Amino acid sequence: MALLDVKELGISFGGLRAVDNFNLKIEEGQLYGLIGPNGAGKTTIFNLLTGVYKPTDGSFNFNGKEMAGSSPMAINKSGIARTFQNIRLFDNMSVIENVMVGLHNQSNVSLAESILRLPKFKKGEVEMREKAFNLLKIFDLDKDADSLASNLPYGKQRKLEIARALATNPKLLLLDEPAAGMNPNETAELMNTIALIRDKFKIAILLIEHDMSLVMGICERIVVVEYGRVICDDIPEVVRNNPKVISAYLGE
Amino acid sequence: MENKKSILFAIIAIVIFIALFTLVEMGLLSRQYMGLLVPICVNIILAVSLNLIVGFLGELSLGHAGFMSIGAYAGCLFTVYANLPPFIEIPLALIIGGLVAALFGFIIGIPALRLRGDYLAIVTLGFGEIVRSVLNSLKIVGGSGGLKGINSGMHKSDYYIVAYIVVIITILVISNFINSRHGRAVKAIRDNVIAAESVGINVVYYKILGFVIAAFFAGMAGVLYGHNIGILKPATFDFNKSIEILVMVIMGSMGNIPGSIIAAIILTVLPEALRFLQDYRMLIYAVALILIMLFSSNPTLIEFRKKIFGKKEKGGK
Repeated sequence: MALLDVKELGISFGGLRAVDNFNLKIEEGQLYGLIGPNGAGKTTIFNLLTGVYKPTDGSFNFNGKEMAGSSPMAINKSGIARTFQNIRLFDNMSVIENVMVGLHNQSNVSLAESILRLPKFKKGEVEMREKAFNLLKIFDLDKDADSLASNLPYGKQRKLEIARALATNPKLLLLDEPAAGMNPNETAELMNTIALIRDKFKIAILLIEHDMSLVMGICERIVVVEYGRVICDDIPEVVRNNPKVISAYLGE
Repeated sequence: MENKKSILFAIIAIVIFIALFTLVEMGLLSRQYMGLLVPICVNIILAVSLNLIVGFLGELSLGHAGFMSIGAYAGCLFTVYANLPPFIEIPLALIIGGLVAALFGFIIGIPALRLRGDYLAIVTLGFGEIVRSVLNSLKIVGGSGGLKGINSGMHKSDYYIVAYIVVIITILVISNFINSRHGRAVKAIRDNVIAAESVGINVVYYKILGFVIAAFFAGMAGVLYGHNIGILKPATFDFNKSIEILVMVIMGSMGNIPGSIIAAIILTVLPEALRFLQDYRMLIYAVALILIMLFSSNPTLIEFRKKIFGKKEKGGK
């Protein structure tokens, strides 16, 4: 059975049908691309899958559980983590603290233990910091661990968001334009990192990206949406030559 | 690092206590300043606890005096009717006051889940005023005439010791809370609710928890206040009191506990210290407030201050 199984998911905002009859199956460990022209509904799909929006119809099953309509917190706990197109970091906290917030649910140090500073608190805190630091290392952010998140340059902020999402120990990672605003070299480097974390953490990734060549290069399958509808869902070679996809991007 | 900080805090706390104790016992403090010791402690507790809501949770609350008055009345009613030795009665009164206030913190925390910013400020303002009006008309707590005869049997001049202990507990509990995974969750909610939810933070739980903890300590501050004065009047806990506490938090810079403590001390002592100015007192007080605000938030002046004290910009709080 697929890790994520989306069935006929749809949402309307008033009269606007933003996503309609969206179907998708992601297997464990798969790297999936989600592409489409501006305004096609890609981010809306992410928001539906992470509980930010409640779907008006359809359903999706994650890891054997029906998750449509659940809260973002419950969805994250079930194993879906995400990043945001417009970066959402905890700006007034340090880089390492941002990742430690992601580790929140993996620690069971209670409120009383924290307030009374019992040995378990100190042990938990050291472990958490170490885990966070190791995650930062993967993204080459370990040197910035103690600076404020808002003081990081743009590219590093994007990486920090991925590190924070990974900290929640997901089975499926949703990346919303992780390379937006990066130069070609940075983008290529980031894509390598993404492929690397997929292998290292053995997670599935669903990726929104505009840079076609990159998506084609690393994704195993690609789903293309236009006006909220899937127009193609196949391996990159097929997507590349699909006349509907070409016309959606280049026009008739 | 963490250990060094704790030791430093313990040393400072003990040194200040010994200094205070000797000053009081040797009669070196004037009566005017003796009378300020407990109010300073009460204001520190109020400012530090409100800072948890405003500075760390990022919600504007204008009803802190409401929590204070609920705690004060609950704890002081206990003292009026109970007849126990002071060393049992006072801690019990403090805990009762804190718990009843915490209950109301829970109730106020619920609208805070749906309202933000100005709207929540209006709700908390309304809460404070409702509490005051209800107390004003409630016969069993003395109505507008006030609740009289709050006497635990402890000598009046010894209350500052109790108040000092409560201050230390407040600072320890709130700063330990903030510097834990729970506190980080609270700060994450302040910085970005949507992102906090997306990494699995229970926003409902932590918002309410923030209000409950802050209200608990505000309630204890109220109990201390009531025992020190010996009479509780609803009019004391008006909107101005809430604003006064908020000014301390903002002046000490939001999310900064030592700042709240210093601001609470200055703002309690300043009006008394300016008494010699007679008619010009409130005028100078206002000017002093503006100057302190500028000094703590104006970028150029912060640079200037850093040059003098050689403090380096640190990441995180």
